Amino acid sequence: MKKIVILGAGTAGTMMANHLARKINHREWSITIVDEHRSHYYQPGFLLLPFGFYSEKDVVRNKADFIPGRVEFLMEKVELIDPRNNRIQLLNGKKLDYHILIVATGAKIVPDEIEGLEDSWHRDIFDFYTIEGAKKLREKLANWEGGKMVVHLAEMPIKCPVAPLEFTFLSDWFLKKKGLRDQVDLTYVTPLSGAFTKQICSDVLGHLLVEKNINLVTDFSIERVDSQRKQMVSYDEKKVDYDLLVTVPTNMGDPLIKRSGMGDDLNFIPTDKHTLQSKQHENIFVLGDAADVPTSKAGSVAHFQAEVLTGNIMNFMKGKAFQHSSDGHANCFIESGDGKAFLIDFNYDIEPVQGRFPFPILGPFSLLKETRINHLGKLAFRWMYWNLLLRGRPMPGITTHMTKAGKKLSSLNKEYTHA
Amino acid sequence: MPKKEIAGVSVDVNEEDYLTDSSQWNREIAIAIAKGEGIAILNDFHWQVIDFLQKDFEEKGTLPTIRRMNKAGGISTKELYEYFPDGPLKKASKIAGLPKPQSCV
Ligand SMILES: Cc1cc2nc3c(=O)[nH]c(=O)nc-3n(C[C@H](O)[C@H](O)[C@H](O)COP(=O)(O)OP(=O)(O)OC[C@H]3O[C@@H](n4cnc5c(N)ncnc54)[C@H](O)[C@@H]3O)c2cc1C
Repeated sequence: MKKIVILGAGTAGTMMANHLARKINHREWSITIVDEHRSHYYQPGFLLLPFGFYSEKDVVRNKADFIPGRVEFLMEKVELIDPRNNRIQLLNGKKLDYHILIVATGAKIVPDEIEGLEDSWHRDIFDFYTIEGAKKLREKLANWEGGKMVVHLAEMPIKCPVAPLEFTFLSDWFLKKKGLRDQVDLTYVTPLSGAFTKQICSDVLGHLLVEKNINLVTDFSIERVDSQRKQMVSYDEKKVDYDLLVTVPTNMGDPLIKRSGMGDDLNFIPTDKHTLQSKQHENIFVLGDAADVPTSKAGSVAHFQAEVLTGNIMNFMKGKAFQHSSDGHANCFIESGDGKAFLIDFNYDIEPVQGRFPFPILGPFSLLKETRINHLGKLAFRWMYWNLLLRGRPMPGITTHMTKAGKKLSSLNKEYTHA
Repeated sequence: MPKKEIAGVSVDVNEEDYLTDSSQWNREIAIAIAKGEGIAILNDFHWQVIDFLQKDFEEKGTLPTIRRMNKAGGISTKELYEYFPDGPLKKASKIAGLPKPQSCV
């Protein structure tokens, strides 16, 4: 019996377990998936939880409920990957041999990468990238009386790169509804030169910041936080004052990757962006946030990657050449506050444009336009996540590879496409 | 592809004056580009940064991040911002004759 081992039963690992369980020959291959945690959190919900849209029970399920019966699920921390011996070492001392390894251990925030951040962590400084952070922030916001609110992101790449900007728009909306907006000076601070990584979105979204009276500080590369003075200080001595700081600290791959000597400086694994095979070991594959591929770290990306990778692993098992290629396809709803949202769709080569999605003309969603139905789409995404995505089922009308139908590609001038 | 005369030689550049063929680079060109970027003199630290960028780019095929320059190259981030003010990576890679850093996604 040959073995497939999947590390991480988060978004990507769970989808792979579901896809492969349907495809493989169970007389020849077995699948084992390992994760250290019992609960699966719907991370996109962490964006909305601090404002009271969701409670914890809306965003949590049992991991085991999403793992198919024919897959063995081990709840244990992975201590080491030993690629030379094709072996995994678990914290409990147990060892697992594999023929094919799939790494889906994700990314997490590392607050102690920034000096001073931990001094008033979850007192005046909060994150919304963890369930603890999101819950603490909800308490804080419920009782907050106003002042300088700063939303900040430390360095790229981060999971769901639009989330901090969405959080800023939602804060504006939340504060307006509470009648507190006049007492709050709201500022968005980014290390990038614009409001967002993608130039065309930066233009559209940057405009919204002005409309909503939100200050924008760009090119801010944080060195430390002075929690006594309540001040962020950059490497070139620029300073930003806060009363309430909501930050997205550095995102890194799990320390396991570092321990195993498999990562880059941020513990992300060098991975072929098309085949999703690790660049160092031919029987190791990587998908989701753990990979270093140049597209957004997002659940939607993991969903498209899982379909491609399943095909490639089936090829690999039969000793065939890889026939499937990932194009970095991502589509994300962007909450812009006031009950509206944007939707963007892009891949490695094509930047977001206007148009209709997923069906040309019919939509119902509009690309790169602020609409109410896009906001409803974002809310519906939670249902799709639990019921379709995790179980490795296709989303209606949405293809693995990005389609050009319904998109106004002519609006792309050269500047926006990298060849 | 536009051409530009830098330090007395005609070189290939892109719209933002980054060299497109790093084999055309030399130290005089670096000094001239640096002047245009507001850096009057290239000191030892500047050269250390330029050397590391070029070496790492050759090995990896991509530009290092500021984090990597610190961790793998031992280059102090504080000094980097001091000696290459306002966008150190963009400036340093231009002076080193390398492509402009792509912002990530
Ligand atoms: C606030 C926020 C908002 C977001 N919004 C969106 C959105 O709107 N749309 C979207 O598409 N995406 C969004 N995302 C991103 C999305 O949640 C992630 O990209 C996705 O979950 C990545 O899946 P993954 O499987 O790679 O990682 P994860 O789902 O994080 O899973 C990794 C798993 O590996 C396990 N693990 C790690 N190390 C070990 C170890 N050593 N031993 C055992 N187990 C281990 C962990 O316990 C975890 O279960 C958002 C994320 C955040 C934080």
